[in-house]
Amino acid sequence: MVNKITRPVSLTEKPFHYCPGCTHGIIHRLVGEAIDSLDIRERTIGVASVGCSVLTYEYFNTDMQQAAHGRAPAVATGIKRVLPDRIVFTYQGDGDLAAIGTAEIIHAAARGENITVIFINNANFGMTGGQMAPTTLPGQITTTSPAGRNTDTAGYPIRIPEMLATLTGPAYLSRVSVHSPGQVKKAARSIEKAFAYQLAGKGFSLVEVLSTCPTNWKLKPEKALDWLKQNMLPYYPLGEFMDIGEEVL
Amino acid sequence: MTAKLMKGNTALGEAAIQAGCRYFFGYPITPQTELPEYLAKRLPETGGVFLQAESEIAAINMVYGAAAAGGRVMTSSSSPGISLKQEGISYIAAAELPCVIANVMRCGPGLGGIQPAQSDYFQATKGGGHGDYRLIVLAPDSVQEIYDLTLTAFQLAHDYRNPVMLLGDGLLGQMMEPVRTYQPTETMPTDSPAWATTGCEGRKKRIVNTLYLDPPKLEEHNCRLQEKYATINDREQRAEAYRAEDASVILVAFGMAARIAKEAVDMARSKGIKAGLIRPITLWPFPQRILQQHLDTAKALLTVEMNTGQMLEDVKLSVNGEVPVHFYGRSGGMLPSSQAILEKIVQLWEVQPNG
Ligand SMILES: Cc1ncc(C[n+]2csc(CCOP(=O)(O)OP(=O)(O)O)c2C)c(N)n1
Ligand code: SF4
Repeated sequence: MVNKITRPVSLTEKPFHYCPGCTHGIIHRLVGEAIDSLDIRERTIGVASVGCSVLTYEYFNTDMQQAAHGRAPAVATGIKRVLPDRIVFTYQGDGDLAAIGTAEIIHAAARGENITVIFINNANFGMTGGQMAPTTLPGQITTTSPAGRNTDTAGYPIRIPEMLATLTGPAYLSRVSVHSPGQVKKAARSIEKAFAYQLAGKGFSLVEVLSTCPTNWKLKPEKALDWLKQNMLPYYPLGEFMDIGEEVL
Repeated sequence: MTAKLMKGNTALGEAAIQAGCRYFFGYPITPQTELPEYLAKRLPETGGVFLQAESEIAAINMVYGAAAAGGRVMTSSSSPGISLKQEGISYIAAAELPCVIANVMRCGPGLGGIQPAQSDYFQATKGGGHGDYRLIVLAPDSVQEIYDLTLTAFQLAHDYRNPVMLLGDGLLGQMMEPVRTYQPTETMPTDSPAWATTGCEGRKKRIVNTLYLDPPKLEEHNCRLQEKYATINDREQRAEAYRAEDASVILVAFGMAARIAKEAVDMARSKGIKAGLIRPITLWPFPQRILQQHLDTAKALLTVEMNTGQMLEDVKLSVNGEVPVHFYGRSGGMLPSSQAILEKIVQLWEVQPNG
C-alpha cells in the first residue's frame, strides 16, 4: 500500500520559518486539513496574531488578516459581523491570548461569537525569546523567571478552556496535544469539530493545543516532546471541557 | 425639507446611517454616549450591526476587522477612550482601511473631567499612535455641520482608504440645533472593495497586513503612505473665512471656540476694529494655504482654543514668522468668553492701529 501524504490545499507552498522540531508546523497542517476536509477554504478568513506564528497569513491559503498582539478575537468579531456566512478563525499563542488578549478572548467567548480559535500553548513567549507566559508552569525557568516561576510573586498558570467553560457562550472547548502520532490524530479530530461547530452556526469554539518550543526550552526536539508530556500534561489535562453535544460531523 | 431639532451626537449618528454606515462598535463614555445609544436603535432598523464592545481597544479592533472585510464602519468615543483606541488606529492607518472615528472631546489629561475641551488636537493631528501616519481630521462648529461633515468623512475615508476623525467637543455633542437631514449626493458603492478579505472564492487569496520585516519594503510602504498624505494635503484643505478680507487682527479658531470667536469678531467690528476669523474645518490637513491668503492685511494673529495652545503650533508653522501669532485659551472644561477674546483683540489692535 502506498501511503501518499500531500500538502493540504489550504496551505500555501511557502516553507514554514519555524525552528526545527517546533510543533507550530504540525498544528498549521492540522488546521489546513480541517479546512480542506470541510471544503470551506474559499469562504474562510483567518486572523494571524502576534508571536512566532505571526506569518501564518502567508501559510494559510485563505484570505487572511493580521491583528495586533492579543486583539485577534476582536478583529475576528468585526469580520464575522460583516460576513456572518463566512468561516472566521484566529490562530493565537499563549502570550497573545492568555496575557495581553485576555479580555478579548473572554468576551468573544461570552458573546458566543461564531468563530473558531486555535490556541497554541507552549508555556512561554516564543518569539520574544522565551519569557514567562501566563501558561508557564510553576518552577519553570524562563528568561523572566530565571529562578523558576515563583507562584508567590508570579501567581499560577491559567487553564483557558476550563476558565471559558464557566461561561454560557461557548459551544465547544477542548485541549489537545501533538506530542505523539496518536495525539496528533485526536487533535485533528478536535480541530475539525471546532470548525464544524462554526459551520453549523453553533457559536464560539476554541481548541487549545499543547505545543513545544525546543529553542527556548533549550531542549532537542525529541526531548521537548518528552518535556511536554511529563510536565505540561499533568497541569493541562486533555479533553473536552464544553461540548453542546450537537451532531455536527 | 424642513429642519429637525437634533442633538449633535444624534445628528452624527443619523448622518452615518445616511452615509451607508452599517456597522458600529463602541464603548460608553460621556459626553458622546447618545451617539451609540442612537445607533443601537437605528442600525438594526437598517439591517446593520451595533455591538457594544468590552473596551475601546476591542471596539477599534472590531472596526479594523469589519473594515478589512469590506464593511462601512464607525466607532466613537471621548478623549480617554480615544487614547485606548490609538493602537488600533495606527494599524488601520497602516493597513489603509477606511473607517470613521468620532472623538467628542472632554477635558484632560488623565480622567480629567466631563466638560468640553479641545485638548486632543495634538493627538488627533500628529499621529497619536505609533509610526508615521496621518488621519484626516474634520472639525465641525454646529450641529448642521456635524451632519454635513459626517457625510464628508465617510466619503473621504472611502476615497483615500484612510481613517477619518470627526473632532468635536462635548458642547457640540450635547447641544441641540435645527438640522436639515439629507442623503449624500454622491453615493459610495456598497459592493465589497477589490482589496477586502471576504473569502477567496474564484480568486487568489488576499492579505490585510501591517507587518513588513524587510526594512526596504517597510520604507517603501512608508513612502507610499506619505505620497498619499501629500495628495490629501494638496486637495483637501478646508476652512471658513469670516470677515477676514480686510482684517488686521485675524483670529484662528475651530469648533466651539470658533463660534465664540465669531461673536468676538462681530463685537470688535462694531467698535470699528478690523477683526476677522479663519476657522479651520480640516485640522489635518491644516488649511495653511487658506490662512496664507489672508496674511496681506494681517498685522497680528490670535489663536483661540479650548486647550493650552496646541493648534497654535500649526498656525505658527503656516505663518512662518511673517506675522506675530498670539494665543488665548482656556482649559479644564472652561470656555473662553467672547468678552475676554474681545479684550485681546483690542490690545492687538491698539499695538497695530489701522495697520
Ligand atoms: C503590544 C505589543 N506588546 C508586545 C509585543 C512583543 N511581542 C511579540 S510576540 C510576543 C509574545 C508572543 O508569545 P506567544 O503568544 O506565546 O506566541 P509564541 O511566540 O510563543 O508562538 C510579544 C510579547 C508586541 N508585538 N506588541
Ligand atoms: S521560538 Fe519556539 S515557538 Fe517560536 S518557532 Fe522557535 S520553537 Fe517554535
